[in-house]
Amino acid sequence: MAAPATSPVERIKAASRRLRGTIVESLADPVTGALREDDQQLIKFHGTYQQDDRDIREERRLAKLEPAYSFMIRTRLPGGVCTPAQWLVLDGLAGRYGNGTLRLTSRQAFQLHGVIKRELKETIAAMNAALIDSIAACGDVNRNVLASVNAPESPAHAEIQRWAARLSEHLLPRTRAYHEIWLDGEKVAGGEEAEPVYGPTYLPRKFKAAIAVPPVNDVDVFAHDLGFIAIVEEGRLAGFNLTVGGGLGATHGDPATYPRLADLAGFLTPEQLLPIAEAVVTTQRDFGDRGERKHARLKYTIADRGLDWFTAEITRRSGTALQAPRRFEFTSTGDRYGWSEGHDGRWQLTLHIESGRVVDRDGRQLRAGLARIAGMHRGNFRLTPNQNLIIAGVESTERAGIDALVEKYGLDDFRSARPIRREALACVAMPTCPLAMAEAERYLPAVSSALDELMEEYGLGGEPILFRISGCPNGCSRPYLAEIALVGKAPGRYNLHLGGDRKGLRLNQLYRENLDERGFLDALSPLFSAWAGERQVNEAFGDFLHRSGLLRATAPAGSA
Amino acid sequence: MASAGAAVQTQAFPLDAERVELLSRLVEGLDVSTLQWLSGYAAGLAVAQGGTVRVLSATEPDISAFATIVHGSQTGNGRRIAEALAAKLQVQGIQARLLRAGEYPLRELGRERRLFVVMSTHGDGDPPDDARAFTDFLFARRAPRLSSLEFAVLALGDSSYPKYCEIGRRIDERLGELGASRLFARVDCDVDFEAGAADWSERAFEALEQARPALAPARVATLRPVAVAPSWSRERPFTAELLANQRISIGDDVRDVRHIELSLAGSGLHYEPGDALGVIAENPSQTVEAVLAAAKLTGSEPIKRNGSSRGLADWLRSGLEITRVTRPLIGKFADRSGSAELSALLRPGNETSLRDFMTRTQLVDLLERYPADWDAPALAGALRPLVPRLYSIASSAKEVGDEVHLTVARLDSGDDRSSRAGAASHFLATRGDAAEVPVYVEPNPRFRLPTDSSRDLIMIGPGTGVAPFRGFLQERAAIGAAGRNWLVFGARHFASDFLYQIEWQRALKRGVLTRLDLAFSRDNGQRVYVQQRMAEAGRELYDWIESGASIYVCGDATRMAPDVHAALVSVIERHGALPADAARERLDRLGAEGRYLRDVY
Repeated sequence: MAAPATSPVERIKAASRRLRGTIVESLADPVTGALREDDQQLIKFHGTYQQDDRDIREERRLAKLEPAYSFMIRTRLPGGVCTPAQWLVLDGLAGRYGNGTLRLTSRQAFQLHGVIKRELKETIAAMNAALIDSIAACGDVNRNVLASVNAPESPAHAEIQRWAARLSEHLLPRTRAYHEIWLDGEKVAGGEEAEPVYGPTYLPRKFKAAIAVPPVNDVDVFAHDLGFIAIVEEGRLAGFNLTVGGGLGATHGDPATYPRLADLAGFLTPEQLLPIAEAVVTTQRDFGDRGERKHARLKYTIADRGLDWFTAEITRRSGTALQAPRRFEFTSTGDRYGWSEGHDGRWQLTLHIESGRVVDRDGRQLRAGLARIAGMHRGNFRLTPNQNLIIAGVESTERAGIDALVEKYGLDDFRSARPIRREALACVAMPTCPLAMAEAERYLPAVSSALDELMEEYGLGGEPILFRISGCPNGCSRPYLAEIALVGKAPGRYNLHLGGDRKGLRLNQLYRENLDERGFLDALSPLFSAWAGERQVNEAFGDFLHRSGLLRATAPAGSA
Repeated sequence: MASAGAAVQTQAFPLDAERVELLSRLVEGLDVSTLQWLSGYAAGLAVAQGGTVRVLSATEPDISAFATIVHGSQTGNGRRIAEALAAKLQVQGIQARLLRAGEYPLRELGRERRLFVVMSTHGDGDPPDDARAFTDFLFARRAPRLSSLEFAVLALGDSSYPKYCEIGRRIDERLGELGASRLFARVDCDVDFEAGAADWSERAFEALEQARPALAPARVATLRPVAVAPSWSRERPFTAELLANQRISIGDDVRDVRHIELSLAGSGLHYEPGDALGVIAENPSQTVEAVLAAAKLTGSEPIKRNGSSRGLADWLRSGLEITRVTRPLIGKFADRSGSAELSALLRPGNETSLRDFMTRTQLVDLLERYPADWDAPALAGALRPLVPRLYSIASSAKEVGDEVHLTVARLDSGDDRSSRAGAASHFLATRGDAAEVPVYVEPNPRFRLPTDSSRDLIMIGPGTGVAPFRGFLQERAAIGAAGRNWLVFGARHFASDFLYQIEWQRALKRGVLTRLDLAFSRDNGQRVYVQQRMAEAGRELYDWIESGASIYVCGDATRMAPDVHAALVSVIERHGALPADAARERLDRLGAEGRYLRDVY
């Protein structure tokens, strides 16, 4: 490939000897809690980010101390499934090495926050001993593969879960760097092992994949680089509709960057899944923009070159052709709280975990309670793409015991929380995320209450509404698909986006910029008023804004 | 004190302006012994031109000298007393040589005629570092008989330590045992040493005056002492403006350590890296109130002391020591309260308990726990004067101009907080912007950078002991010193009291700091201290020492300094393949050569 100017990260990857860099030396340097700059890029591929406690950054600067550096470790957990034993290990690590909390992410992974450098290796090694790794949980590779968790009635769910795991495995980097650095694995001579899928510089940018099972679009399948919509016919998995080129990240004030919904490319059979996925990845590997990271996601490759070109390229590379897409219908993106019965006669309980933060705080002991449940539970856990938790595979005789613990530890928030709060998503943002421009997770309780009160004023209290908040425009909480979204711009200031649907098929629109709380409440007031007065039966807020002409019309995803 | 800034008094000299200028430049920054050598050198030139004066030289000691004044002290008080006596004698034409204990030629002791010893006691009854060879020699079984020697001893100490004036007392006793005759009785001085020291000096002067007729008339070239520019002193402190008072440790489980910046602008004060800054503090007002409440006194009682009359509260705030408990004070409490417990503490053999008690107790505790009937004059009379606190200077004037920086730990902070709220640390830590702080510079010529800037430095300074090394590094960077710099630092937690972390990182990046070894005692299961890091780096440490590095140690005298000393001995023992005795001797030799220097307290 003739590469023109390459970004600095490309040069770091190229010189890294398959993601090794000088991570070992960086870890051993006792003078700083940080890693060398290049290594900070490389450890992302190993599933960890260097962060610092931004709340105390200034205090420490004045004290002539470096920032309070710590590391966030993100697990690779395809489809969000883990065992109770694994839960207990992570819970223990959160207490021992982390900040005392577990974070369930919108990508169905765990995040441990606040692990300091000299304990990073022990933590990662302990996770691996429990068969949870963090390989490729971040970085310019295929990250944790999402899979719908909201289809327990169908035996196809178990099959989808297996596909998520196989896809994740298939797209793992082959370098042994992770094992060498964190697990004392044997050194590979030369450290230049082959990377058949990725090549020496991996992908130009992060890459995200998801599998959805209609009618629930809990994974927001159109928000990913690579998506599969399961087509279940007569109870059996016929194959998948392929979606490509979704992605939500953008940069404030840069019109060349934008959230984009994926294109529906066609239908494939299960056997085609891995060859096609690999073809998508290698096409992006070879044609993605390596000069400008803001323009390096697959969505720009496809937007620039066209879907037809892209489809032809993956057909050529995989040697298999796509069929015409099959019919599917999504009805919602949300989780179904409470108990539901699976196809196998066992039960699952979906709990609301606000912002996915498993913590003992404010009278609710989510962490302690879930550890107790993990201690007695014989099924498994599923992390949902909505930052919630499912206790799955429960025998009917065990339900009462779990219910008692749920109540005792205050895990029953899903029964009482207002709909806006129950459906909301928030990214981590302050104080640990280095990208955050404004609060998100910590602001969620207050801001969702303020929105709820405003709705109450118009008699809309208790109406379901999809609200998401993000501390920066990169979109970890998938804000651009919400009916109401706040995207952080500066401390206390947000861009207000409006008009998503409740199915993950329509992007919202930037409605007003740079508002403080008073500002966005004032902007919403007349809209709530109009919605309350003019809505049709059960008409959702985003749908109403479009029908009434308050927002301009857009074509929904998958409508080709 | 002849520090940098000494000015030559022009009218006293038959020199033209240009030569005065040259002379000023020549003597600037010279210490006393060098100035004396210089005077001898000039006298020697006079002899060469046919004069008859005798030449004195510190490097060629003259045994027939009339008297020798030997001094040893860590803080410089002893040196100042000895210098003042020597100057007074010299003015009267009485020839006396002035020597640091570390310079004293031990083999000449047997022929010494008159010996005046000014010696301080440190830590647990220890001599000053550079006096060790002198005291070891004197206390050894094979010390020479000294029947023709006359002597007198001035012992300096701090009665807040159990072994108060121990070394001075032992020297006095030992000289007697060796057959020497005492010119007059030993004087022991507490931290308010001025009056006692002046008495002792006066008696020494008189004794020598009387002995004078027995000697040939002095034929010494007498020089007028070079006048020092009017300078600030502990009696006359400069009021410095506080520029910064910034906490540089974080959290409640570590000491509150402050980075203090003061302005010396307009004072004409100069300091060298290694010097100390004397801070005249006031006691915390809540401590004063607590003392008054515990003693059931109002504070308005008039007290006359040293010719000045103020209310008791005023004395307690700015005249008397109330944050440190001394042995005599415990004695007075034992008498007045009749407490058997206190009396027992003072009995021989209970030194450890006494030391423990003294670090945990302050005046208000004594008043509360051992109630007695105190009236205001009795209480004031039981207390010793509030003395300035000395802090190692943490800056180089070459880097910070007319500022001076300090690193001050508040004693009443952290989870091992001592009940003794440090007077000065509290005073400094609670000052606000532009507050006024009375200060003076206390030179510490025993803790100076090597004159040869290409020499490597090994600096061991855990906790606030790192302060002078910040100044050292600033100085070495400013002058572009070629020598390598190795710092060994220790604290409790990497995250909360890694003092000056950002500055060390920057210095490492710039190459000013060659190596930084760290020991954090509360971060892992096992407690790691600097001496362990030294042992781990023993090979390199030894290589540095062998290639001429100077070793500096600053910080706690009671535990750290002996541990570090032992670590150095075992590094030399192990990597120099020497028996323990030889390793110890090697280290002592480094001390004698000025390559192993300690500023411990």
